Amino acid sequence: MTLLTLDLFLVGCGVVLAAVGALVAWDVTHPQRWGSAIFWLLLAVAVGLGKWLPPIAVGYAVLGLTSLVATKRVGAPQFARVDSAVLTKRAEVLGNRLLWPVLWVPVVAIVGGAGLDWVKFGDVSLVNPKQVAQSALGLGCVVGLAAALRTTGERPLAAAREGGRLLQLLSWSLILPAMLAALGGIMAKAGVGGVIAGLVATALPVQFPLVAVVAYCGGMVLFTVLLGNAFAAFPVMTLGVGLPFIVQTHGGDPAVMGTLGMLSGYCGTLVTPMAANFNVVPARLLELKDDYAVIKAQAPFAGAIWLFNVGLMYGCVY
Amino acid sequence: MITLLGLFVVVIGFTLRANPLLVVVAGGLTTGVAAGFSFNEVVAMIGQFFTDNRALMLPIILMVPIVGVLERHGLQERVAMLIRRATAATAGRVLWTYQLLRGVTSMFGLSIGNHAAMVRPLIAPMAEGAALVRPGTSSPPSRDEIRAHAAAAENVGNFFSDDIVVAVGALLLIKAFFDNAGVAVALSDLKLWSLPTALWVVLVGWWRYRRLDARLKKAAAAAKERAP
Repeated sequence: MTLLTLDLFLVGCGVVLAAVGALVAWDVTHPQRWGSAIFWLLLAVAVGLGKWLPPIAVGYAVLGLTSLVATKRVGAPQFARVDSAVLTKRAEVLGNRLLWPVLWVPVVAIVGGAGLDWVKFGDVSLVNPKQVAQSALGLGCVVGLAAALRTTGERPLAAAREGGRLLQLLSWSLILPAMLAALGGIMAKAGVGGVIAGLVATALPVQFPLVAVVAYCGGMVLFTVLLGNAFAAFPVMTLGVGLPFIVQTHGGDPAVMGTLGMLSGYCGTLVTPMAANFNVVPARLLELKDDYAVIKAQAPFAGAIWLFNVGLMYGCVY
Repeated sequence: MITLLGLFVVVIGFTLRANPLLVVVAGGLTTGVAAGFSFNEVVAMIGQFFTDNRALMLPIILMVPIVGVLERHGLQERVAMLIRRATAATAGRVLWTYQLLRGVTSMFGLSIGNHAAMVRPLIAPMAEGAALVRPGTSSPPSRDEIRAHAAAAENVGNFFSDDIVVAVGALLLIKAFFDNAGVAVALSDLKLWSLPTALWVVLVGWWRYRRLDARLKKAAAAAKERAP
């Protein structure tokens, strides 16, 4: 038996999301009150209770979230801004004590990640050894939150309100990583990797180990540029090119391949306007005349890092 | 080829600048249905994958209440004050330092900021301020170049040292993928093989920001010659 399972921390996430939803529903001035409230409450159920619900119910909940977002019924209110001078004054009151709660999180996560799986009470273990890193991080966040509330003298309701402020700014982007994982998973089940692998295998002489490495790392860049996200490109390219050619045909090490493959994908992220959050939004935010100025500044980084990854993978994977 | 239909949906959706969440879900539904699964089967798959991967949200959902409460009491202002004390002399050195700081914190799976919270209010002004000490570099091309490099420092610092000490994102995804595919990999090996690139990126940054400083210096000298 395990005391602190990952599912328990995810129920905690559900509670936070439900509190955010309730606060939105309570707020009569919220411009998109009911759409947003339903979004956060539905997400609270999917995240907190997802493990105990039938997959099809979670699936329809996700479709519900997506249609709320697509029809622009989810939004954030205009949050009242606290004046910077006021905040500077407040910062003087607590000084460096403000930093400690933030630092507690990694401290607990690192120490706990190294040692929590040793803690046992008879047959009952504190954390699942397979989830020790995530459980320790969850524990770190609980400790950090307690420290933050203690230092500032705020009540838990303030944590839900301030957390809700930031979560509402993130909005749909919060669930995008999980959905990209779902997209990759469905593509894997549909055999997209096989089709791509067929195309690559007929187009390139992948019987040469170097060609297989270049095709995999180049494909990661190409797909990341197309999809705007290395996480989405990774399952497709790894199933289609990486596993069949580098691991199965040439006996490569999957850990070396996977890690450097993902890092090659990031080189694609640096040069694609599809990764709007990283490249286009900051150009606008910094009031640059050229929307592609950030991409241009990053292109030499991308080239130098990609070549290094390919060289390292070729040298170490086989 | 019909298997690739979902992929085309994704490409077209992003090209049309549709909402990314909508694009990804539509791409998933199209892929599943085109592969011969029933609609309900695909929805159930989406539900299952969502449930299996929802722990990706945990570090964000549990972290934002802490940050939110502290920000209300001036966390950003305090950090800004501390960083200002440590300002180095040139734009390039400020950016290299930020890239390092961003990289080191991201090794622990932590994000100390992003373009809105860190770069615009803090890093870009610091870098510009350091460059403006030398007269003549305030022309918009130089300014835009410094700002673009500030955004790059954030991205590069953010991407390439993910998860090396505490895995919260990318490496967990890689591990989950290999587990699903029935290939045995150890998380510690993934962390180990992330390290060389992270170190290389520090060197590449050093080269890029040195070049930036050199260009700014040249621009300043040229401006000085023009002005009698």
